[in-house]
Amino acid sequence: MAVPEMSRSRTAWPDLAEKALFVLVAVLVPVCLHAIFRTVPTEEKMGVVQRIFYFHVPSALAGFLGVGLCALFSALYLWKRDRRMDLLAHASAELGVLFLTIVLLTGPIWARPVWGVWWTGEVRLTSTLVLWLLYAGYLILRQSAGSPEQAARFCAVIGLVGALDVPIIYYSVEWWRGLHPKVLKVSGGQGLDPAMAQTLALCSTTFILLFFLLLLQRVRLGRLQDDVESLKVLADRRTSHMEPA
Amino acid sequence: MTYLRAVLLVAGRDLRVELRSREQAVTLLFFALLVLVVFNFAFDFTVIDFVTLGPGVLWVAFIFSGVLAISRSFQIEREQDRIQGILMAPIDRSAFYLGKVAATVLFMAAVETILVPVAVVMFNFRFSARIAFVILALILNTVGFAAVGTLFAAMTTSTRRAELLLPLLLFPAAVPVALAAVKTTTHLLAGHPFAAYGHWVGMSAAYDLIFLAAAVLLCDYVLED
Repeated sequence: MAVPEMSRSRTAWPDLAEKALFVLVAVLVPVCLHAIFRTVPTEEKMGVVQRIFYFHVPSALAGFLGVGLCALFSALYLWKRDRRMDLLAHASAELGVLFLTIVLLTGPIWARPVWGVWWTGEVRLTSTLVLWLLYAGYLILRQSAGSPEQAARFCAVIGLVGALDVPIIYYSVEWWRGLHPKVLKVSGGQGLDPAMAQTLALCSTTFILLFFLLLLQRVRLGRLQDDVESLKVLADRRTSHMEPA
Repeated sequence: MTYLRAVLLVAGRDLRVELRSREQAVTLLFFALLVLVVFNFAFDFTVIDFVTLGPGVLWVAFIFSGVLAISRSFQIEREQDRIQGILMAPIDRSAFYLGKVAATVLFMAAVETILVPVAVVMFNFRFSARIAFVILALILNTVGFAAVGTLFAAMTTSTRRAELLLPLLLFPAAVPVALAAVKTTTHLLAGHPFAAYGHWVGMSAAYDLIFLAAAVLLCDYVLED
């Protein structure tokens, strides 16, 4: 009987990377908070509330990174049928949903005092919401599948179809609004104060590093779950051998 | 057996089952009609113009009944493991998929052809040649909806939350065809020239083609067991 291969021995470099990322993120997060709340100048028109921008935009970057990586690992999974690719795709999707949730929560908080409304039909808002719904469905599908192998296969298909759908959803929502004026102009770049641009770059880097730290941790957790499952199977087999039929 | 013949056989089989049992089409028709009636109560159409609200109401009725049709179309294959027989048949799995899509599109198109005139009567709009184009526009978007829906249903029906999961995955993915269907219908009912909504028709056609092609490539992975 094959004893399930334990993962600890073959995960030397991800463990190292995880530790390094942890230290880096632990140092950078306080630096970011200091920059956001103390050093960066307050935006002239929007006031203090504009500081949520330094959470909102980096979260959006991390969220879209999650969706993109999910599609990439989904394709690799279908090609290679490698369990690790599935763990990576799952972790990417979960983090994508997590960061898009932050985007969807910080957006209205920012919009209410600045635009006077919690929510508008603006293209980025609406398409982010649709994307969030799609990947929330992906996570529910994963929970409902009959076996881990089926979950991996089905979710890889959803991951690919979802990625194919993203640009079409974006354009359809944009056309839907017709000639509606663009209410939001944040990431234009040229209007951004250098100190603000630096803070944004710092926060974005930190969020991306945080994304990869969580990704590695989630993959490690997934592996441990796999180990527990195979140990359970093994234990079941042993007890059924010992009991007289 | 040629590929096309396999597609037609699968679609023909679904139609034959339907003609003998009359289970789905009648239920679908009444369900969609019921949605229209609910909207007729919910909104006062003596005040609201049909051109403003009608396209949305129609599409909601069709996607609600459509998602039931798609879900049902795969459920009957899972019952008594009929799908095993089909997967063992010497036909391409994508042919099976395309046959299923064709049958679903036919069912939904039939419901649409009957219900659009009913809606015109119910919401006191006027009949004209445009109504026929409205039906065609809805069918064009139905193809994309059924293409993605059938691919998803092949997966969701073999999971634990079959009926709940399909709309959850399909509705967000089908946002582009929903928007295209509603916009195209609005322009058609308002009598605008083709230039006003041509880009929507183009997008619907592109959506249909992209997802039919993607599903043909991916359906081997969803129809493994």
